[in-house]
Amino acid sequence: MESLTLLIPLSLGLVVLIVAVLFWAVKSGQFEDLEGPAHAILMDDDSKPPPESTQVDPHQ
Amino acid sequence: MASSALTASGPDTFNYKVVRQFALMSVVWAIVGMLVGVILAAQLIWPEITFNIPWLSYGRLRPLHTNAVIFAFGGSALFAASYYVVQRTCHTRLFCDRLAAFTFWGWQLVIVLAAITLPLGITASKEYAELEWPIDILIALVWVAYAVVFFGTVIKRKTQHIYVSNWFFGAFILTIALLHIVNNIEMPASLWKSYSAYSGAQDAMIQWWYAHNAVGFFLTTSFLGLMYYFIPKQAERPIYSYRLSIVHFWALNFTYMWAGPHHLQHTALPDWAQSLGMVFSLILLAPSWGGMINGIMTLSGAWHKLRTDPILKFMVVALSFYGMSTFEGSMMSIKTVNALSHYTDWTIGHVHSGALGWVSMITIGTLYYLIPRLVGEKEMYSVKMIELHFWMSTVAVVLYIAAMWIAGVMQGLMWRTFEADGTLTYSFVESVKATYPFYVIRLLGGVLYLSGMVLMAWNVVKTVSKKRFVEAPIPGIAGISLQPAH
Repeated sequence: MESLTLLIPLSLGLVVLIVAVLFWAVKSGQFEDLEGPAHAILMDDDSKPPPESTQVDPHQ
Repeated sequence: MASSALTASGPDTFNYKVVRQFALMSVVWAIVGMLVGVILAAQLIWPEITFNIPWLSYGRLRPLHTNAVIFAFGGSALFAASYYVVQRTCHTRLFCDRLAAFTFWGWQLVIVLAAITLPLGITASKEYAELEWPIDILIALVWVAYAVVFFGTVIKRKTQHIYVSNWFFGAFILTIALLHIVNNIEMPASLWKSYSAYSGAQDAMIQWWYAHNAVGFFLTTSFLGLMYYFIPKQAERPIYSYRLSIVHFWALNFTYMWAGPHHLQHTALPDWAQSLGMVFSLILLAPSWGGMINGIMTLSGAWHKLRTDPILKFMVVALSFYGMSTFEGSMMSIKTVNALSHYTDWTIGHVHSGALGWVSMITIGTLYYLIPRLVGEKEMYSVKMIELHFWMSTVAVVLYIAAMWIAGVMQGLMWRTFEADGTLTYSFVESVKATYPFYVIRLLGGVLYLSGMVLMAWNVVKTVSKKRFVEAPIPGIAGISLQPAH
């Protein structure tokens, strides 16, 4: 099973990367607030058409 | 007139242009890819239907169908959704508009090249990786650009927290890069012919590690990321358990990587590898259903909306099919079950319950949410047509998969029936003949599903025509409503 000489080191490397990312996430406080972010996206109003000033009015 | 040149675009607005380009093309590619699928289904009933024209032969059209629906349709929808979600949740414009534009045009070029080379019979013969080496290189370039744009946007975010969808998209982007590169390591022999670095059982292992993770990351992780944003937005309810979304993200990604061997049960792959694939495929049921439950329970307190909101209907039914397919898949990974199901139409039924039921329906729901917002509206031109589309799609999927279940189990049982003296009771061609009526029912389901997509295209055209494509202002940027137009 020669493909293992590629797949096993690749997988181990991936595990190292993943653990590093997880540590970074914990340290940078990504998991501090697990309630707020779920509501934050709902407070972002994406259905409001842009205000007049961001549209170029050819008659102005 | 829908000229984006009339709306101010700049660092204070989100880049909706590339979102719009990908979103509209995804509807086009859905129709193209599913039309090829319908042709394939018809060929299995009436092989003479394409008059033996080589470029329309089943063997050449099949990878065109799979590539078009997964990468052209699914891929374009994911680019659109991920670019939209990452901007809105990070409160910042996409990193590098020009690179984002390159990902759009590059991806469309990949699709066009696939549409030309595959019918010509140019193929590397690896499932979902049939495209030959020059196109593989182009895919890698586009993908690296995608990663730079996406992660660049996350890095320059104005919010501290990275919303969970972006974790799913990020994992999808990184793993697909890894899978694509490793599986496509090949030695070119001429402009359109290469030889894989791998062969035999090794090649099979790497190929199905790739292909199952294409399903797990391109068709699952990515669309879960999409689901975690668009279902809360449409239902106007927060994710049921944000905590669970994080936990099952890690569990899902870790477990999926090992499931590949379930495609190689009872083959020349070493037995221990087969067992590993089976066990992890069974474990996978837990994080998959975690996602399904989290998505469906998000409707807590909003169940009544299902009665009147067809977009929510699409999304919830998509999740139900996701739960069903992930349960079915885990069961089919069991060696004894697989001994019956492998090489039968049950596998096709399973694929399409996931593809038409989960992936396609969650995408449709998302596009119906997204496209109006790109022209400053809140709803599609016709909500009634969304409702009709929903029912057509659901009935179509049920017809398709029920036909394939019956055909598949029947085939499996016929192939393993022996006479008392040990000879086979049925010849192979007898099982083909017995399958015939189910191919007709499947074609009906496919035509109905395709018709639903055509209805969607009509609705999209009516929604965006005579409208201005807008770029929404980034909330929280000071002075946006005070400054005059520039």
